[in-house]
Amino acid sequence: MQKSISHPGEWRWEEDGLTVTRTIGWTGPGCHSQCGLLVYSKDNRVLKVEGDPATPYNEGRLCMRCLALPKVVHHPDRLTYPLKRVGQRGEGKWQRITWEEAYDMIVEKTRKIQSEYNPESIVVMMGTGRNVWHAGSKLAYTGFGTPNVCMFFSGLSCYAPRLRIMPITQGFFCVADCAQMFPDRFDNPAWKCPETILLWGNNPVVSNPDSFMGWWMVECMKRGTKLIAVDPRRTWLANKAEIFLQIRPGTDAALALAMINVIIEEGLYDKEFVEKWTFGFDKLRERAKQYSPEKVEKITWIPKEKIIEAARLYARSKPASIQWGVGFEQANSGVSAILGLQDLWGITGNLDVPGGNIINKPTPFHEIPPPLWGRKEMPSELKKKRIGGKEYPLVPMAQPDVLVETMLTGKPYPIKMAWIQSTNPIACMGADSKKTLQSLLAMDFVVVADLFMTPTAMAAADLVLPAATGLERNGIRTEDYETAWWGPLRTVNKVVQVGECKSDDEIILELGKRLNPEGFPWENVEEMLDWLVRDTGNTFKEIRELGTPRYYPFHYRKYEKGLLREDGKPGFETENGKFLLSVPYFERIGLDGLPYFEEPPESPYSTPELAKDYPLILTSGARLWGCFNSEHRQIPELREVNPNPIVEIHPETARNYGIKDGDWVWIENMRGKCKQIAKLTPTIDKRVVHAQHAWWFPEKSGPAPSFFGVWESNINLLVPFGQQGPSGFCAPYRCGICRIKKVQEE
Amino acid sequence: MTRYGLLINYEFCTGCHTCEMACKQENSFAVGKTGIKVNEVGPLETGGDKWAWDYVPVPTDLCNLCQNRVKQGKKPACVTHCTIGVMKYAPVSELVEFMEVTPKTVIFAPR
Repeated sequence: MQKSISHPGEWRWEEDGLTVTRTIGWTGPGCHSQCGLLVYSKDNRVLKVEGDPATPYNEGRLCMRCLALPKVVHHPDRLTYPLKRVGQRGEGKWQRITWEEAYDMIVEKTRKIQSEYNPESIVVMMGTGRNVWHAGSKLAYTGFGTPNVCMFFSGLSCYAPRLRIMPITQGFFCVADCAQMFPDRFDNPAWKCPETILLWGNNPVVSNPDSFMGWWMVECMKRGTKLIAVDPRRTWLANKAEIFLQIRPGTDAALALAMINVIIEEGLYDKEFVEKWTFGFDKLRERAKQYSPEKVEKITWIPKEKIIEAARLYARSKPASIQWGVGFEQANSGVSAILGLQDLWGITGNLDVPGGNIINKPTPFHEIPPPLWGRKEMPSELKKKRIGGKEYPLVPMAQPDVLVETMLTGKPYPIKMAWIQSTNPIACMGADSKKTLQSLLAMDFVVVADLFMTPTAMAAADLVLPAATGLERNGIRTEDYETAWWGPLRTVNKVVQVGECKSDDEIILELGKRLNPEGFPWENVEEMLDWLVRDTGNTFKEIRELGTPRYYPFHYRKYEKGLLREDGKPGFETENGKFLLSVPYFERIGLDGLPYFEEPPESPYSTPELAKDYPLILTSGARLWGCFNSEHRQIPELREVNPNPIVEIHPETARNYGIKDGDWVWIENMRGKCKQIAKLTPTIDKRVVHAQHAWWFPEKSGPAPSFFGVWESNINLLVPFGQQGPSGFCAPYRCGICRIKKVQEE
Repeated sequence: MTRYGLLINYEFCTGCHTCEMACKQENSFAVGKTGIKVNEVGPLETGGDKWAWDYVPVPTDLCNLCQNRVKQGKKPACVTHCTIGVMKYAPVSELVEFMEVTPKTVIFAPR
C-alpha cells in the first residue's frame, strides 16, 4: 500500500529547510540488513532518520536501532581523531595525532615486522555486520601481504561454516523465499507463499540484522504459512508455531538426522528430485537409520512423537522452506547440522522452487566475493602459510583457535601485529575473553579502528583510528560476504562528516596505497567503488542517481535451466554437478562426508563428573532489540530497553537455587564467571539457562582493570577456545555447562 | 469532526519497541518519556501447545496522534515505522470495519 509513494528527488532533495538523503542503514553501527532510510539533516547534523516507504526491502519499516542513528552519529563519546597510546597498555593515556602521523606509524611498524619476521606475522581481524569484509581481506592480502585474515571467533561459528559448505554441496548459498528477490514482493505472480516454514535456531523478528527480515516471515504467516520452530527457548515467534520443538542446545544435528530418517523411511521424500539431481542418497539413508526418533528423543529431549510429526509436516508441505539462524553453528557438531538441514531441502525437492529455499545468484558480483578479494594474486607459497591451513583445509581463513595459540606461543611462527577493524573481541565473539586479551597483549603492535573507544581498544591498542558510521560514508551495497546477505544493488550515500572520521574503505585504501601502491591503484574511494561495480556497466554515481534499489531478474529452478553452472549445463555447480547429500570432498580431506551427531564436549552425558558441579546447560547469544552484538550500549534511548544483562531461568530451577526475579546471579563454570540479572520465565527448559552476550558498560571506568566493566557480565568468560569441531568450523559457544547462585551483598 | 484512532492487530505485534522510539524521535521526548508504550501479556501456559503471549502497544496521554505529521499528509510516526505493519491510523468508523473481520485487534482513540 505504501509502494505508490514517490520521492521529490531520486536520492537527495530539500524539504522544509532540511536536506533529505535517501540511503541505506549500512554501516556502522553493525547490522547485515540494508533498510532504506530517509535521513534528514541540516548544517552537517543528522536531525532524524525515517524509513523509506519506497524501498521494497523494508517498505518504510525501521527498527529502533536505525531510528536512533542520529544519537549514534553525534554521540559525545565518538572517536573523532586518531589516538596514539602514550602510557602503558590499558592505562587509558592517549595523545591526539594526525592521520598522516598514524599512517606513518603503521607503515613503519609494518615494515619493521615484515623485515624482522615475515609478512605473515601480521593478522587482520574483523567482526561481523560492518562493511569491512571485502576491503579488509584486500588490505591483508595485498596491503600487508599476509594470508592471515580472521575473526577472533572459535570455529568461526557464525555463518562462515555454511558460507563455506554450501558452495561445496550445492554451488551457492540459499535462503528461505519470502519474495525478497522481487521489487513487488508478495504480489509477484511467480512467488508462492511457503505452506510451512521450518524455523531453526532463529528468531528473525529480533535478529533482523542477518538480512532476513522478521516481518517477511510474519507477512507469510498473515498469508497462511504455518511454522515449525526448533529452539531451546520458546520465543514469541516459536510460540506461534504449529509444532514447537524445544531442543537441548547443541543437539541439532541429531534432530535433523531423525527427521531425515522419518522422511525417507515413510517414503515422504521427493523421489524424482532425489534421483535426478542428488548424489549420495543411499549413504545418507543408511546413516539416518542410525538416528531413530526414540534414540534422538533421549539426545535432544524432544518427544519422539513431535519429531515424527514435524518431519511429516515439513515433508508434506509444498512448498516448504527452512529459515536457519546461527544457533546450531555455535556447537561442535554444527557442520553436521548444516549438512543435515541442507539434506532436508535436498531430499524434499524444496530447493530453488517458489516458496522453498532459493539460490541467490542474481547479481554480477560473485567473482569478487569477500573474503577473497586479493587472494587470487597472492603467491601460492604465502597462501600455504595460512595459520591452521594444514590442519583445517576446509577453513578458508586463518583458523582462529590455532591462531590464538600461535599468537601466544609463536609456533609455528611468530605473530607480532594485529589489525583489528570493526570487532570488539574481548566483549563479544572472542571465546575465553581473558585468553583473547592475552593473545592481543602478546603482540608488538595493535591497531583498532572503531566508532567508539571499546574495551578491546582500551585494553590492547597502541593506535586507535576513528571509523565513520554508515551516514558518514559513500559505499555500494548488494551482497555482504558472498551472496549470503543478499539485497538489491544500491549505494550508501554520505550525509555528514563527523570530526576526522574516515570510512573503513577509506582507511584501507589510504593505508593500502602507502603499503603497496600497485595493489591499490585507485585515487579515492569513489574510483575503488567504480572498479568494484564495473560488471554492472555503471559507476557509483550512476547507481546513486537511480535512488531506487536495482533488482536483477530472478529465476526459479535454475538447476533445470543451466543457470547455475559455469559450463551452462543443467545441474549444480558442484564437483559432479549434483546436489551432494554425501560430500566426496569432505572424505578426501579426512572428514565424514555425511552428517552425524557428536555430544557437546562438556555436558551431563560427555562429562558427567564435571556436570555434578555444573549441572545446568548454558546457552547464550540471542539477539536484543536495542543492540547489535556489543554495539549500541552507550545510546540512552536504546539502553532504556536493554538496561542490564539478563539471564533467563525457569522459575522452578530458580526456586531450587533460592533465586528471585530481578536478583543478580553468578553464572560460573570451570573457566570463569560473570553476573547477570535473573529473569524467571517458563519459556526456557528447567535444565537450561540462557545468558545474554557481549555485555560491557560504556558508563563505567575505561582504564585497567575495568575496561568498561567488560569482565563483569561477559558470558564468553565461560566459553572455551580450542574445542572446535573436526573440520575447524563450529565451536560450543551455545552448549556449555554452568551453575548459578545468587550474588550476595558485599 | 471525524474522530481518528489507532488500530493495532496484536496477533502479530512482536514487541519490538519501534513505535516507542519513533514517537520519541518525532516529539524529541527524553529517555523515560513516550507517547506509546508496549505492554506484554504473558507468556501464560494455557494448556495447549501455544501459550497466551501478546504484546499490545498502548498510547499514553502524550499521544496526539502526530497532528503535525498528519497535517503534512504523513502517517503517525509509530504507524509509519511499525516493523510488522500491524498499526493503522484512520477514522474510527473505518477501523471498526476492519476490526469486524480481523481477530485480535484493538482500537485506541486517544484524548
